[in-house]
Amino acid sequence: MKQDIPGTVMFDGDQAQKGYALNRMCFSFNSAENRAAFLKDEDAYCRKFGLNEKQRAAIKNRNVLELIEAGGNVYYLAKFAGIFGLNVQDIGAQQTGVTVDEFKAKLAAAGR
Amino acid sequence: MARIIGGVATTHVPSIGKAIAENKQNDPYWKPFFQGFDYVHYWLAREKPDIAVVFYNDHGLNFFLDKLPTFAVGAAKEYRNEDEGWGIPVARAIEGDPDLSWHIINALVADEFDITMCQDMLVDHSVTIPMALMWPGNKRHPVRIVPVSINTVQHPLPSLKRCLNLGRSVGRAIESYPQDVRVMIVGTGGLSHQLDGKRAGFINKEFDKLCMDKLTGEPEALTRYSIHDWVEQAGAQGVEFLNWMAMRGALTGQVTEVHRNYHIPISNTAAATVVLENRTKAERKAA
Repeated sequence: MKQDIPGTVMFDGDQAQKGYALNRMCFSFNSAENRAAFLKDEDAYCRKFGLNEKQRAAIKNRNVLELIEAGGNVYYLAKFAGIFGLNVQDIGAQQTGVTVDEFKAKLAAAGR
Repeated sequence: MARIIGGVATTHVPSIGKAIAENKQNDPYWKPFFQGFDYVHYWLAREKPDIAVVFYNDHGLNFFLDKLPTFAVGAAKEYRNEDEGWGIPVARAIEGDPDLSWHIINALVADEFDITMCQDMLVDHSVTIPMALMWPGNKRHPVRIVPVSINTVQHPLPSLKRCLNLGRSVGRAIESYPQDVRVMIVGTGGLSHQLDGKRAGFINKEFDKLCMDKLTGEPEALTRYSIHDWVEQAGAQGVEFLNWMAMRGALTGQVTEVHRNYHIPISNTAAATVVLENRTKAERKAA
């Protein structure tokens, strides 16, 4: 058995099964109409996709680490984040517990 | 007969699409990346490809997790892009080349690569951004494409060795194509980056350099890494390098790196662009 990579959740069969409803909902956010429907009535929209309690709470909390824990895949979660105009630096900062400027500085430092 | 002229590999980060739409190519943040395309433009103008075979990974536009092929080959007359949900402009449609697509499909299956065949297929930023970078200006692209999608989203992913061999099989197929066309190969994505988890923001400059150094002359050396190793060394989304491996595999002649640009960061990613030239035996004799 290989060692886990710290801070990394492999999106494998277990995660894909666990997160199916959540990722299916986020996949629907490719459409502007669906994004608007979510914003109009978030509860109803989540119900329609059959999210479990944990997934519903993670969506409510807009919390990326919780969403990953609940089976979310980052490419689909990015579509969810897009509804609020958040990009991958914003969600990177949230996941690593730093400000967006600090996160950007860390990225820039990796080039030096 | 068809000729493989070479390959271009480039990062395909979505925010590049936004930067193009907002004309930010000369901003201090973007310039080190975009200026890496001056040589690419010169090379394309000189080499004049007719068709581009594009190895890429779909990020949830055409494929969802309900049916996710490991390898899929497009066989459409035209490939459209649509809203991907993260606010980048929808790109213009790209013309396909169904004849070459079916030739490649037939050859791949005969060669025991049991791919998925797609006559109707949307392409996401992973195809449209490299196209816009190579041929800027939102004009009709001067090449037709054959898109080949590799799963980099849901594990298990194909190995580096498998992707190199897929590329080799595609390369042999192109070489046996009777039409007199000039074909270029494109590999998109990478290099090191990780978007998800507490390790978000991970970038590995040394490993990226090693990958680019080995890619041209000894791509086999990279096949010793497992996908798990790759996630560890290049980040969870650094596995997009599989597209680069397939591109390299399709260059079946003598390969030379003629251009390389590397810059950290673009978005959360170590951005890289390389141009590899491919010379067949006959061409080398003539030279």
